[in-house]
Amino acid sequence: MMITPEEIKETLAKVLPASLIETQDLTGGGDHWQVIIVSPAFEGRGLLEQQRMVNDALKEAMNSERIHALTMKLYTPAQWEKLGS
Amino acid sequence: MADEILTQIDEKVKKNKVMLYMKGTPDFPQCGFSAHTVEILKSYGVPFASEDVLADPTVREGIKRYSNWPTIPQIYIDGKFVGGCDILHELHERGELEPILNAAFGK
Repeated sequence: MMITPEEIKETLAKVLPASLIETQDLTGGGDHWQVIIVSPAFEGRGLLEQQRMVNDALKEAMNSERIHALTMKLYTPAQWEKLGS
Repeated sequence: MADEILTQIDEKVKKNKVMLYMKGTPDFPQCGFSAHTVEILKSYGVPFASEDVLADPTVREGIKRYSNWPTIPQIYIDGKFVGGCDILHELHERGELEPILNAAFGK
């Protein structure tokens, strides 16, 4: 069964306190996704550790290949503000 | 009992200053993320070794266990796991990749 943006958001929100979660279906095929996440939980963590948190949260969908590829743009609230968004 | 594929991967990762596990080859990447990763690495003009995970399913599975990382490509510099395409891209953009490579090649 194809994963929906709502399911991605819900799954992430369950384990990651986030002020923003945005998803984009990159190919229209429903399995190549980009997520933008702004979370205070990323504070003080390296890129690798931040992405591990997201991978862990979506583990089931990634392992079952419901998500085949995931591009991540992860920001702390301070970094996000600096982007001027 | 040691896991043979993990030992094999570990040897390659430690032997090569830059080791890339990818889909396809640097000249014929089979996935956009692998292609972008190769592009970034080539822009620094450093030598790198690569292995095509599509050529060997045991490597494809093994590398995910080795790093506890679910996706490919995977980049290792100086024996350490750096990340996938996104992380390499981000380090490149921030200007943080060059010092890592310089340190690996003793520049």
